[in-house]
Amino acid sequence: MMHYDVCVLGGGPAGLAAAVSAADNGAKTLIIEREAKLGGILKQCIHDGFGIVRFGERLTGPEYAGRFIKEMVKRDIDYITNAFATDAKRLPDGIFSFEVQSAQGVLNITSNAVVLACGCRERTSRQVFIHGDRPAGIFNAGTAQYFVNILGYMPTKRCVILGSGDIGMIMARRLTLEGAEVEGVYEIKDTPAGLARNVAQCLDDYNIPLHLSTTVTRVIGEKRVEAVEVAQVDEKMEPVAGTERIIPCDALILSVGLIPENEIAEKLGVELDPATKGAYVDQKLMTSVPGVFSCGNALHVNDLVDYVSQSGDIAGKFAAKYKPEKRYRVKIEYPKKEFSYVVPQYYDLMEQGEVTLYFRVRRDCSDKTVFIDNDGKTVKKKKYQRMLPSEMETLTVKPENGRFGEISLRME
Amino acid sequence: MAERIEKVQKALIRKGFKEVYARQWRQSVILEGEMDDWKQIVKAGKAAAKFGYKGVVNEIKLKGYTAPPLKVPGVKDGAVEGNRPDVMIIGGGVIGCAIARELTKYNLTILLADKESDVAMHASSRNDGMIHPGIASHAGTLRGEMNVKGNAMYTQLCKELDIPFKRYGNLILYSDHVFGVAAEPVLAERARKLGIEGGKITREYLHQIEPNITDKALGAFIYPSSGVLSPYKLTVALAENAVENGAEVSLNTVVTGMELDDNEICKVFTNRGTVYPRLVINAAGTFADKIAEMAGDKFFSIHPRKGELVILDKKKGPLVTRSMGLVGLDQAFADTKGGGVMRTIDGNVLVGPDAYEIPEREDFSTHRDHIDAICEKHLPLIKGFSKSDVITYFAGVRAPTYEEEFIIERSDYVPNLVHAAGIQSPGLASAPAIAERITEITVNALKPYVDIHKNPKFNPYRRRVPHMAALSFEEKQKVIKENPDYGVIICRCEEISKGEIIDAIHSPIPATSIDALKRRVRPGMGRCQGGFCSPLVTKIICDETGMTPDMVTKSGGNSQLVLEKTHKGGDGK
Repeated sequence: MMHYDVCVLGGGPAGLAAAVSAADNGAKTLIIEREAKLGGILKQCIHDGFGIVRFGERLTGPEYAGRFIKEMVKRDIDYITNAFATDAKRLPDGIFSFEVQSAQGVLNITSNAVVLACGCRERTSRQVFIHGDRPAGIFNAGTAQYFVNILGYMPTKRCVILGSGDIGMIMARRLTLEGAEVEGVYEIKDTPAGLARNVAQCLDDYNIPLHLSTTVTRVIGEKRVEAVEVAQVDEKMEPVAGTERIIPCDALILSVGLIPENEIAEKLGVELDPATKGAYVDQKLMTSVPGVFSCGNALHVNDLVDYVSQSGDIAGKFAAKYKPEKRYRVKIEYPKKEFSYVVPQYYDLMEQGEVTLYFRVRRDCSDKTVFIDNDGKTVKKKKYQRMLPSEMETLTVKPENGRFGEISLRME
Repeated sequence: MAERIEKVQKALIRKGFKEVYARQWRQSVILEGEMDDWKQIVKAGKAAAKFGYKGVVNEIKLKGYTAPPLKVPGVKDGAVEGNRPDVMIIGGGVIGCAIARELTKYNLTILLADKESDVAMHASSRNDGMIHPGIASHAGTLRGEMNVKGNAMYTQLCKELDIPFKRYGNLILYSDHVFGVAAEPVLAERARKLGIEGGKITREYLHQIEPNITDKALGAFIYPSSGVLSPYKLTVALAENAVENGAEVSLNTVVTGMELDDNEICKVFTNRGTVYPRLVINAAGTFADKIAEMAGDKFFSIHPRKGELVILDKKKGPLVTRSMGLVGLDQAFADTKGGGVMRTIDGNVLVGPDAYEIPEREDFSTHRDHIDAICEKHLPLIKGFSKSDVITYFAGVRAPTYEEEFIIERSDYVPNLVHAAGIQSPGLASAPAIAERITEITVNALKPYVDIHKNPKFNPYRRRVPHMAALSFEEKQKVIKENPDYGVIICRCEEISKGEIIDAIHSPIPATSIDALKRRVRPGMGRCQGGFCSPLVTKIICDETGMTPDMVTKSGGNSQLVLEKTHKGGDGK
């Protein structure tokens, strides 16, 4: 039996940062990675733009992951790949026990604390209720990206992209560069779902049209996609009859949202926030289950990898310092009309210390100030020229004078 | 005789089918004419089925409609040219495969042909996997008899084939006390006649055994023999075991015609050569009437009845145990049971199916209005189900006759033709019994020509391979030690290992497409729907078969996943 101070589930950007941070805080740490190599989704993200916040450089995905792997190796942190946690339990004495299936056999691993860094998965065509035929040629953008960037094969010669998530737009550019024709990107909402910089750099620069308030209503094709039907939608996002258009193509690529992967979290009894589909956490990123921490896209879907790593830093540090102690958690309040979510959702008064708040606004807004109040007194405010639902915002506050009590966010 | 046909004609006119002409042919009634509504055409067929003819052959044309051409395989070769089997089975669904396996218990040469790239491509993989208790059928029908017999055979059969099977039980729920009172004697009488265990239970007991059920359910009838299995795993297992016992399965093989000599089939033409069988078994599903027609024996028509079904995430599986449907008074005597919810053998929840008539025999598209209606109707049955739990949905097409009855018999006119036709629900539950009956008919028909005896080498047990997710800790250790591939998880949602996928690739009916692998070991059947594993599975297929990624298909034919190399290429050589 192997025992560690901290067990990190997932060797992507969140897990790597968490492991490095846990090791720096004195913990004997293990990373369990289900894929063959460390790096998570970054392995297939060969475009640049990673690390601007953290390193002040524009790195590719593998370069960004490489920096952390180097740090990990320097600290001699243990890791196992092709290893899948089939079961996770919290034993009566508070120790965590994992059954990990790997080519070496089923390993029984225990730890004092756990960091969940399992990332997220893509919402599929069926989960956005695409109908019609079910031929080959319907891909999630991330799957298409794996085929192109890892296997080196093109899934399309002429495609339609549904959803303007970042991966969708990045794949629009990537496929164009490889000689495929991207007929257009269709977005059911009236604003793009991804970053403004991706609209400019991935679509506009390549003359790929973005059709807002339009969706794919039907797939047509016997063995392989032959065409898709698109239609405009009304305010309720229902297709408007008479606006249907048939577009011949050989693939439909979807970028219609990401869902945090929390299957292990659920096995451990971690409570999930319906707003983020990730765990409810406090400022230490500890979940409802003492000793279980969550970070990265498993916690909530981030827009930049830099923030994913940042949350890994926090979760790793507190996982290393974890001791079963009494907690006193107060809810961080925010108006649901204006914010779609705020993470962390709780503040542990027993711990105190700074808190980094990640939030998204519910709708496009300009010239707004976000206030963070402590017991009714404003402790931080920041003016924003513009905030978009597609772009995550982050604010860090420290309890300078005294201690934090009830923390709340508001916007004016 | 003439009187009866006049009655049919009069009844049709009375019901408003003025443009329909009825005539008698052998023991069947043929309807002709032209109408502009498919539903009306089906209704006319149903009306004509009430006059005691052997079959209704509905030739009424739908105005302005051309049926889509039969979907045929692209292959053309001589793979089965000159093949002279004792028995040729047309159709590789659960019925054809069950028959093939049953026949291998005798010293007969068997060729099973299916036009698709795998077995179980139509209704056999497109149903709810329920082994009905038989309570939905009337006493005295073949459907009822075969269902009850078949149901009882499944415990042993699944043991032999090494596929999971559970008798969770079935509930007919009601929200109307009138139904509870009115249906009780009818169901009790039916159960007694057909030999089905079960009966009425109280509201309290119902809510105790299914604690998440809607408060609307005021009571239920329970039938504990009802079971559930994976219909595609079953079909594949039957086919594999048939092959292990000497049967030949020829896929991508479409029957294009037949030649008869003195009323007997002497040649069966296919895209892969001409077959000279002693006897032909028609197990062609929605195309069974077309096959009968080729032999000059079209005494019935199949009217395709489509159904759409919804699958929920495994996370919701524990909320329900038994299969159940809320039945209203109006549905008590309908052709279908109206669908419901059930836990599948793999732990997901299945919702549906619905039922509607369409002219197309192989249209598996889904529709927003149908899927929405299914969700609206059935999701409220269990507290805790919501539309956001949906991971996928699909459609299947049933193959009923107008008599709504199975046809399990030797042809009256073509002595070397045996029909297993009109096999709609509960076809899956009935499959082992149908196979037994068809085998008996076949053996008797061939006796004068072949010295038939039992096959001493018949082995009912299919090859054993590890199912990792079902093994204990110690068993897993042992298996992985022998072959480390069983330790590497490829499909994270269903926890399917590389070793299991490789087993299926090299199985008796090799699975080398994404969907064929799904039907055997389920990679890609979970909540991510293959988003993560489909490229990995593609790579494994390539490594095991020497194919390149652009040759790997979703489901045979031109269903390639990827088309050509990128400029620089990558790991997929």
